[in-house]
Amino acid sequence: MSQRDLSAQVSIVGVATAGIGWETQQSVAEIMADAACKALDDAGLGVRDVDGVFAVTPYYWMPSVALADQLGIQPKVTDSTNIGGASVVAHVGHAVRAIVAGQCEVAVIAYASTQRSDAGKLVTGADILPYERPYGALFPISGYAMVTQRHMYEYGTTREQLAKVAVAASQWASLNPEALKPEPLTVAEVLASPLVSDPLRKLDICLVTNGGGAIVLTSRDRAKKLRKRAVSVLGTGESHSHCYVTNMRSFTATAGVESGRAAFEMAGLGPPDIDVVQIYDAFTIMVALGLEDLGFCEKGGAGAMIEAGIGPGSKLPVNTTGGGLRYCHPGMFGIFLLVEAVRQLRNECGKRQVENARTALAHGFGGVLAGNATVILARDG
Amino acid sequence: MSERAPTRPLPDIRNAGAMFWSKAAEGVLVVPKCNACSRTFWHPRPRCPHCGSEQVGWIRGSGAGTVHTFTVVRQSGDPYFKTKLPYAVAMIDLDEGVRIMSNIVDTPLEGLRIGMRVEVLFEAAGEGIAIPLFRAHGGGA
Repeated sequence: MSQRDLSAQVSIVGVATAGIGWETQQSVAEIMADAACKALDDAGLGVRDVDGVFAVTPYYWMPSVALADQLGIQPKVTDSTNIGGASVVAHVGHAVRAIVAGQCEVAVIAYASTQRSDAGKLVTGADILPYERPYGALFPISGYAMVTQRHMYEYGTTREQLAKVAVAASQWASLNPEALKPEPLTVAEVLASPLVSDPLRKLDICLVTNGGGAIVLTSRDRAKKLRKRAVSVLGTGESHSHCYVTNMRSFTATAGVESGRAAFEMAGLGPPDIDVVQIYDAFTIMVALGLEDLGFCEKGGAGAMIEAGIGPGSKLPVNTTGGGLRYCHPGMFGIFLLVEAVRQLRNECGKRQVENARTALAHGFGGVLAGNATVILARDG
Repeated sequence: MSERAPTRPLPDIRNAGAMFWSKAAEGVLVVPKCNACSRTFWHPRPRCPHCGSEQVGWIRGSGAGTVHTFTVVRQSGDPYFKTKLPYAVAMIDLDEGVRIMSNIVDTPLEGLRIGMRVEVLFEAAGEGIAIPLFRAHGGGA
């Protein structure tokens, strides 16, 4: 058996978001369960069908166990793998392996956070290396700032180009009825926003919101019996080259190189085959790194690609919800990459619909470019 | 009741890093080096992350390095670091071949450059612990 045998064997059959907003009346478990139930409704399945539970959130010690508890499920497969914001993207690969192996039939992957209402700031549970603790680096902002600084130095990427990532995000957000910041931005506004950790400014940085989401996966054969057109998982990959900023292998390239390569190999596809891309965008630099490391352009070429356009109407549409920068960002954004990729392939995106989207790629980053996970999806039929 | 000024957060000085912090308290920078494969590595660990050997030791660092990248922090909620704003956090390539995080101090922030040469100094931080910081080579207050 090779990993290519995992390709197109599992489908995503339901997706949902829940609790996206600045305020909440729900606990994290309630939002995760709400999203899971809505995703199951979307699939035409019920809680009783679920035998694989995958969840992550910094709020609970055993996230998948907490979710199963909330829903009254005793699963055959359980997974609380935490690699930061990339976690749920990695969970797709884990669910594919479990379903293909026949260990479970219907998997739910879910996430939620109420950080906006609780701390008003990022809630992560991240630990701090002793060799970093005395120095006052903002986590994770200063790590990303140092990456941005180095990328600008090595490749000539400009502040204006990175600001255009935020501008494109705002253009997509203005077409997304769920977006919490739908107002369009200009490059001048981004560059006038206050510096937080040079060279990153406030508008280079994601929102702090509440929210959650879930997706439902099952075998290709089971998917054929359900009412909505399924989305097939063609390829998955996961990797990490470091945990702490101190030990980053590179300040300009990520383990997205490896996770992307694995996903493309499993799928038997390459970057030119992808119609729509969702790249975790907690910081503007992440979109540049994702485009390069996943092979959509050469290393150092993201600035030019962003100039050519990644917003509505562009040749390669990126982050069609408005992303973590303008749509929502409840601590980890991974689940929203997946939900949107599926919705685009099902033609459910209304004004922000990418015409004729048949293949999608979602890439998550976790921590400071530590966790990396890539998923390639295709519309069935 | 008097208010004590906030102090710099201290590192956990136990375990594989104990020698590093002990030498830092004497004003000496030491760098882990594997005696099996001869490579230096960071951060201190009981086993070499390159070859896996437990034959790890230390070499004395010159204290000199080159700035690989940096950022200037402009906002902070931390009670100590708020008093230091704005301040520079940098990744420094020591001449011994490892890259470490530190602050660059006693150096005008507008003058910070990737590639600039820096040299170590040690700041007493309480509880007998000294923290390695860096300043522009040849500079200093």
